[in-house]
Amino acid sequence: MGVPVEITVTVNGTAHTHDVEPRMLLVQYIREVVGLTGTNIGCDTSSCGACSLHMNGEAVKSCTVLAVQADGQEVGTIEGMAAADGTLHPMQQAFMENHGLQCGYCTPGMVMAATSLLQENPNPTEDDVRLGLEGNLCRCTGYHNIVKSVLAAASADA
Amino acid sequence: MTITDEPTTGVIGKRVLRKEDPVLLTGEAVFANDMKVPGALHMAVLRSPYASAGIVSIDTSAAAAMPGVHAVYTGAELAETWTAPMPCAWAVTEDMKSPPHYPIAIDSVHYVGDGVAVVLAESDAIAHDAIEAIDVEYDARDAVVDLTDALSDRVVVHEELGTNSSYTWNLLIEETDGAVQAAFDSAAHTVSERYVQQRLIPMAMEPRAVVAIPQPFGGDITLYTSTQIPHVLKVMIAVTLGVPEHQLRVVAPAVGGGFGAKLDVYAEELLCVALARQLGVPVRWNETRSENTVATIQGRGQIQHMELAADSSGKLTAMRVKLTADMGAYLQLITPGIPILGAFLYAGVYDLPKAYDFSCTGVFTNLTPTDAYRGAGRPEATYAIERAMDALADEIGIDPLELRRRNFIRPEQFPYEACTGLVYDSGDHDKAATIAADLIDYAGVRARQAEQNVEGTTKRLGLGVSSYFEMCGLAPSRVLASLNYSAGGWEAATVRILPTSKVQVVTGTSPHGQGHETSWSMIVADKLGIDPADVDVLHSDTAIAPLGMDTYGSRSLPVGGVAVGMACDKVIDKAKQIAAHQMEASIDDLEFVGGEFRVAGSPDRSMPLAAIAFSAFTAHDLPDGLEPNLEAQVTYDPPNFSWPFGTHMCLVEVDVETGDVDVLQYVAVDDCGNQVNPMIVEGQVHGGVVQGLAQALYERADYDSDGNLRTSTLADYLVPAASDVPPITLGHSVTPSPTNPLGVKGVGEAGTIGAAPAVMNAIVDALSGLGVHDMEMPASPNTVWSAIQAARSTTDSTSSPTGGNQ
Repeated sequence: MGVPVEITVTVNGTAHTHDVEPRMLLVQYIREVVGLTGTNIGCDTSSCGACSLHMNGEAVKSCTVLAVQADGQEVGTIEGMAAADGTLHPMQQAFMENHGLQCGYCTPGMVMAATSLLQENPNPTEDDVRLGLEGNLCRCTGYHNIVKSVLAAASADA
Repeated sequence: MTITDEPTTGVIGKRVLRKEDPVLLTGEAVFANDMKVPGALHMAVLRSPYASAGIVSIDTSAAAAMPGVHAVYTGAELAETWTAPMPCAWAVTEDMKSPPHYPIAIDSVHYVGDGVAVVLAESDAIAHDAIEAIDVEYDARDAVVDLTDALSDRVVVHEELGTNSSYTWNLLIEETDGAVQAAFDSAAHTVSERYVQQRLIPMAMEPRAVVAIPQPFGGDITLYTSTQIPHVLKVMIAVTLGVPEHQLRVVAPAVGGGFGAKLDVYAEELLCVALARQLGVPVRWNETRSENTVATIQGRGQIQHMELAADSSGKLTAMRVKLTADMGAYLQLITPGIPILGAFLYAGVYDLPKAYDFSCTGVFTNLTPTDAYRGAGRPEATYAIERAMDALADEIGIDPLELRRRNFIRPEQFPYEACTGLVYDSGDHDKAATIAADLIDYAGVRARQAEQNVEGTTKRLGLGVSSYFEMCGLAPSRVLASLNYSAGGWEAATVRILPTSKVQVVTGTSPHGQGHETSWSMIVADKLGIDPADVDVLHSDTAIAPLGMDTYGSRSLPVGGVAVGMACDKVIDKAKQIAAHQMEASIDDLEFVGGEFRVAGSPDRSMPLAAIAFSAFTAHDLPDGLEPNLEAQVTYDPPNFSWPFGTHMCLVEVDVETGDVDVLQYVAVDDCGNQVNPMIVEGQVHGGVVQGLAQALYERADYDSDGNLRTSTLADYLVPAASDVPPITLGHSVTPSPTNPLGVKGVGEAGTIGAAPAVMNAIVDALSGLGVHDMEMPASPNTVWSAIQAARSTTDSTSSPTGGNQ
């Protein structure tokens, strides 16, 4: 299991220091150690994207990152997206207004991936959005309203 | 394009945003595996790597000795824990064979994934490490994985049964004896088709998770589980474990999708409850995705033989259906009934005389059990009739849409007694088909096909049509009784107006993405003349909502939502008595409008519901004999199923050199009666269509001949991504159901039911000019390419150079 390693990770602006097993995944660290359970786990092959979060501002699947690799890094999770007064992030708002979620399990990962996508490409076409989100699976929406939500968020930002 | 809003006076029919969303969007929603439970032991299950084997010995000593491991149990050690085997609630025939099925195998295993031993440990990681250290000696046996092979009984899954046939269920409906045979004998046209419904993995994005928490001193036990059916599960756990039902509380917290797969009683739920009770500590279990592909039920798995007889004009005169249905290794909660649900829909939207012969044989295989998956028997039925209608159109030489029109049940025939004896409530199939044809430009597409599908072209256009009826809103309890289903189909609702006039609704439905909190609030808002924001909907916890039949089968709105509306009426009736008393008016002179009681003819005399709510609470001035408080409960047993319908059309371009299918356009026109929230209806259709399209193009639970699942991860099992599916064009018509006061029908499964045949008909249509007349699902590039090659090698040079079914 390996000797525990001390890491310090800044999560949503707050530094956390813990001893973790070297084999611990970042998603397990965020959920089980830091205690933020908004980041979900949907598979064990890095296929579904439910665990997407931001590392140094860019979306990563947190099941593909070891917690020790996040030592000294900035991690952003879904819990850090809305403003302190509860105002939703424009992407969250766009998902709500366009019915971009049903059961909501893929949603945190989808929102994190989509915000990262718009940072790279602020004016995507529909095809850009579909391709850009191909690493995030949803079983409820058929993606139609997710794509609509992301395009709406892009045009609101523009 | 999306549908446009209908003008309405109240909130029903408006695109109200969902109350459910903020907690889901911010990560605050608590799914079962998010729960923080101090002191909980983590369970991991060791699963059989063999599809069929005897268990010779199990050595758990090394696992038990690992630091952090609390206990290890084998099936034999837990055998005394169960007071009854796991339940199958649907004995479809008197002589149905059902092997005893225990939460953990006792002396033999029957599918890859069957539980063999469990570990309880301080963490999930330690528990999983420990199951690796358990040493099991198996006596591996021959497995049977192919349905036809299983039917032969060459290898028998359960030796004690002596056969793999669980049951044969027949439905022969004839006006006069021999009517079916006579119709086939005199038919101008017949078709005889064979279709395969591949096994599918439901793949809700949330794998299952279970947390069982006992209370001190042998008190109640609470089970948190990602289920669609907390109420049904409570009853079943009481029966299976002998836990007194009144000491059992089942909660479905936030649930990340179900699609029928969480409509079941699972081994891990029973194990966690039993072990938590035994040890007096919380026990929890999280399913991994790979476990989910074998330990959660699968869907479909049928071979269908479909025969149609028609007269010279193409009018259907008789139908024969013979199914072989894959049960898997055991009968889960409603496994045997799934294909039977389809039995009533093989005639689809067509006016078939009473000349219908259906039979289904349920067959055991050494595979994961099957059970309900979105549509549950009805997508299979619709696929068979809609593919067969295209085959018949091809045989006669007419356009498939024209053939459908000649056979549609006409609007004036409703309520329509179908050949099966069930009564369809309402429908206008020609209208739905016409809207779809206009949206896709049917005539224009046919013209484009004639131009494009010429000899030598590498990209052929195909247009597929699928018209469907769905039998949903399960269900009139008496009809369920006639099918030997051992539960009712009612739903309960309580509406409670609190002293400050806010409203609590308690529903027996158990949503997991369908937005009941929003839609039920809208129903109540319109009934009571209040803002939906002033309504709170409580659900999915048997301590709060003790009565319910849960969410599946597109039943929640046409049964549960209707119950909510009826409970509102009942509350208004009570409030009216108080209003009449306090206003000193005759109850017959009162009308309830816009949230207040008015005396007819005296516009100045009125009393708001809010005032009545507070006086019902103080109880200072109530009519003699009237109980305080404003609350009403309704248990509604629907008089009929609800029958949504529609027509879907799909335009594909098939690359004949690579076999790649590109879906260019998908049009879905659905009629679910009155729509409470069109935004939610559209979402259900979008998701449903993509699940049907996924069956047509991408998904199959692929097993090797030893019963090993080759698609046991999301890297291998192709759940489509956003880039794999087209945008969807929606249209709709509104034909209210006359059988419930809201005029509503279910919509959760409609998209899935319509989609697979629309896509497959389009692919076959594209390739019919090359001599391709059928295609197995999923129509992967390899499958399509192979079908083209096979057709080329058997078709002579006289085949039509143009495509299409014209």
